[in-house]
Amino acid sequence: MQTLKMVVTGPFNAGKTEFIQSVSEIDVVSTERRISSEIERIKETTTVAMDFGRITIDNEMALYLFGTPGQKRFDFMWEILSEGMLGFVVIVDSTRPETFREARKILETFRAYAPTPYVVAANKQDCDDAWETDDMRIALRLSHEIKILDCVAMSKDSVKTVLLELLYSILAELEAVDLQIA
Amino acid sequence: MAIKGNLHDFTLTQLLNLINLAQKTGTLVVEGSNEAIEVFFTDGKLAYAQTGQEDNSLVGILHKSQLLSSAQFRGIKANVNGMSDKELGLLLINANYFSQQDILLSLQNHFVDVLNRLFTWMEGFFQFETDVSPPEDKITVRVNLENIILEGSRQIRELEHLEEEIPSLEIGVKFVDRPGANVANLKLSTEEWRVIPYIDPKNTLRQIAKVTELTDIEIRQVIYSLVQAGIVEMVRSISHQGTPPSPRLPDHIVKGDKEEGKSLIFRIIDRIRSL
Ligand SMILES: Nc1nc2c(ncn2[C@@H]2O[C@H](COP(=O)(O)OP(=O)(O)O)[C@@H](O)[C@H]2O)c(=O)[nH]1
Ligand SMILES: [Mg+2]
Repeated sequence: MQTLKMVVTGPFNAGKTEFIQSVSEIDVVSTERRISSEIERIKETTTVAMDFGRITIDNEMALYLFGTPGQKRFDFMWEILSEGMLGFVVIVDSTRPETFREARKILETFRAYAPTPYVVAANKQDCDDAWETDDMRIALRLSHEIKILDCVAMSKDSVKTVLLELLYSILAELEAVDLQIA
Repeated sequence: MAIKGNLHDFTLTQLLNLINLAQKTGTLVVEGSNEAIEVFFTDGKLAYAQTGQEDNSLVGILHKSQLLSSAQFRGIKANVNGMSDKELGLLLINANYFSQQDILLSLQNHFVDVLNRLFTWMEGFFQFETDVSPPEDKITVRVNLENIILEGSRQIRELEHLEEEIPSLEIGVKFVDRPGANVANLKLSTEEWRVIPYIDPKNTLRQIAKVTELTDIEIRQVIYSLVQAGIVEMVRSISHQGTPPSPRLPDHIVKGDKEEGKSLIFRIIDRIRSL
């Protein structure tokens, strides 16, 4: 069985767990790790949730979805997860503009670790106070070739659309690689 | 009279039992394959320990046990040039940085750690020199050996057990096709998370241990617990000798073999559409 990997990242509470849960065929395995921060003088520990879910593609292949918190101090996790991944989804809570800056930082960092395709999911679009994707594109300073997609993480169809758009971007990247080689 | 030998023939458990029962005072020096460890005993109790490789200074130990931040560590280090551990300890206590208790406890933990490390050595020349005391300027502790011996033999039994469960590091691992129901409550350790991205029959345990910088024992522990948790299973590795662990991205995508790469992505697309 070949295993492929996609990473779902984004600020705390953006909807990563919900997103993975909507399409995973196994119950999302949420794990908690205790991390003691170097900076704190006292041994303060923080509990961090990580998720992983799975979609069996066929007899030979399974796609794993890894959810990882985006905070700066979990850099090391990103580095690990970005190893060999197909692409990643950055989930942003469209109702909380105060998290956009962080989302942007996460995006840049992840991008630096893994030059693989990614899309941005503007989550919680079912909420009244959700920002529109066009406005979010500007707030997040996304260039025009990066896709930002409406998303409601509880909806399987919505999550499917986001994953499909990411896969289309991966296809496009493959074409581009080929062009460079040729 | 010096007691000399190899841990291979006379185990650490036996040695510590001897030191404990005879209430010996002296220094045990053990030379491993790439490290030497020196342990001091007073009346059969652990007094002090140091390694050839690491920072054995009081500041170094306090930093390692996270009682000092990196900034404090650097600051103090720059200012205490030439000060002995005893002097520095007094200074830190007088300046209300720490209590005497804090300092002794953190030293004690460190010394026990160093001594415990010896339990994982299967080989190593040792020599016990009677009546050699720790360096004058070092702060010493008094720790009973009984618990250390007990804990150490438990560790050895675990190691033997792990070697039975995972006899070779040349095998591979893969995610199980149907994870058990218990995975939902799983909590992974940092080491386990480090290993997860490399779970692939293409990688041998030895290769995974190398890239994740885990020791032979640690990789065995991690794999054993992932197997116990029902997440991964051991398989014959399909790795080619000498090749480094490959990322889990399929080769034809990495190498830009367009048609194969595309057909693989199309398979995923079809599947996700059908969800
Ligand atoms: N209304 C709404 N709530 C959502 C959506 N996605 C997630 N949530 C809620 O937002 C909260 C945080 O989601 P969670 O998946 O735990 O966030 P995580 O920290 O990124 O894993 C939970 O209460 C979810 O039920 C969404 O699309 N719409
Ligand atoms: Mg979560």
